[in-house]
Amino acid sequence: MSLKRTPLYNKHKEAGADVVEFFGWEMPMTYTKLSEEHEAVRRAAGLFDVSHMGEIYVEGKDSAVFMKKMFSNNLEKVADGAIAYGFFLNEKGGIVDDLLVYRRNENSYLCVVNASNTDKDDAWLRAHQEGFDISIDNRSDDIAEVAIQGPKAQEILQKVTDFDLDTLPFFHFKEDIVVAGVSCLISRTGYTGEDGFEIYFGNDDAQKVWDALFEAGEGVLKPVGLGCRDTLRFEAALPLYGNELGDDISPLEAGFGIFVDKEGTFIGSDVMRAQRAGELSRKLVGLELLDKGIARHGYPVYDENDKEIGFITTGYKSPSLDKVIANALIEKDGPSIDDIVYVGIRSKKAKAKVINKRYLHKNTKK
Amino acid sequence: MSNLFFTEEHEWVRVEGNKAYIGISNYAQSQLGDIVYVELPEMDDEVSVGDSVGVVESVKSASDLFTPVSGTIVEINEDLEDSPELLNEDAMANWIVAIELSEKEDLTSLMDEEDYKQFLGEDA
Repeated sequence: MSLKRTPLYNKHKEAGADVVEFFGWEMPMTYTKLSEEHEAVRRAAGLFDVSHMGEIYVEGKDSAVFMKKMFSNNLEKVADGAIAYGFFLNEKGGIVDDLLVYRRNENSYLCVVNASNTDKDDAWLRAHQEGFDISIDNRSDDIAEVAIQGPKAQEILQKVTDFDLDTLPFFHFKEDIVVAGVSCLISRTGYTGEDGFEIYFGNDDAQKVWDALFEAGEGVLKPVGLGCRDTLRFEAALPLYGNELGDDISPLEAGFGIFVDKEGTFIGSDVMRAQRAGELSRKLVGLELLDKGIARHGYPVYDENDKEIGFITTGYKSPSLDKVIANALIEKDGPSIDDIVYVGIRSKKAKAKVINKRYLHKNTKK
Repeated sequence: MSNLFFTEEHEWVRVEGNKAYIGISNYAQSQLGDIVYVELPEMDDEVSVGDSVGVVESVKSASDLFTPVSGTIVEINEDLEDSPELLNEDAMANWIVAIELSEKEDLTSLMDEEDYKQFLGEDA
């Protein structure tokens, strides 16, 4: 199978990016050094090509009831022009995908899903559409997306649009906004813990938007790759599907119950209710390594009696904190804050302490 | 004949007497990016060609250091435990481990600097 390229592929190559395979896509991992790109987003601004993300429109007379059945969060409480984070759950309460739903109006929803799951999500929605008067339109191959993130993001984006960005609150979006002469959808969202925007437009306009943003942000804005996207989101306690979330992990175990409507009836809601009533076996905790080593995804975690109690979901030497930290999915009745655990790193067991997994204060706007 | 050799896994071997100092090439460090941790082997371990004698970890990944020679671990560069970034700063000057050679013939299968440059030309 040939790999997919975003319309910005040539831009990445020209910039000297290290382009790697990412779930069937050729994506930039780094342009210079991961740590420099990470710092650029925390201190100034970075621009990500995230055109690999999936965009699936659900529209029609029955779309509200259909989304209610499919999505874990309550979209009735979301105003037109606002966005909800949540999950498609399977019947066992595992996660098919985590996604943003952009509520355009009562009869039109845009689902922004993981690139790795776009085809699965599309099939999942179609498998449940019978009896609903809706259309499911997967427009992922036509839509490009960039994310401009960091404390200087608004200042830079404002230079190339007449739309007053101050009027756009966190987790809200606006369509038909002209950016550098191109009609775009802009949302104040991101995956870094910093303020910033995600901008959607047609593939053909991608290079124009990309160039205009760098011109506006000259000397400040850096192109940044998937490498720092992962370290940034991890420090901000944002989960990644395949790490903190998965087909066999419940959102309640992962600590994201606030995105699961307590009252609603949707696929998996009965399992969620049972888990809330006490049938929950695991929890996601933060760890700080006290011994040397890096705790990485998949490494086993042991308690003080050497009993295996879970595994690492993500771990890094945090560029912003200069400490080795990790998320671990462990037994619910296992160690809690300040307790000592051990991480199996190859043949050694490294001592670690359970800490709050909100490692970093988020700078997103209210 | 030069005493500096390279492997296809982008390691270098500098031979001094019966001892081989092993590090990673400049190409390897640039590919890895920010090196944040180096795991060293135990002193006096006996190792054979292809055994892991350490791990070099960047932010993104952990890469084994496979020894291209057999012998006994006689020195480890403990400076790297606290300052792994030394490998980024000067990969050729910072050895990771030294092995007392048990089979000098192991060296014959390695590349010299010129061959390695050619190899990089194909690889890069």
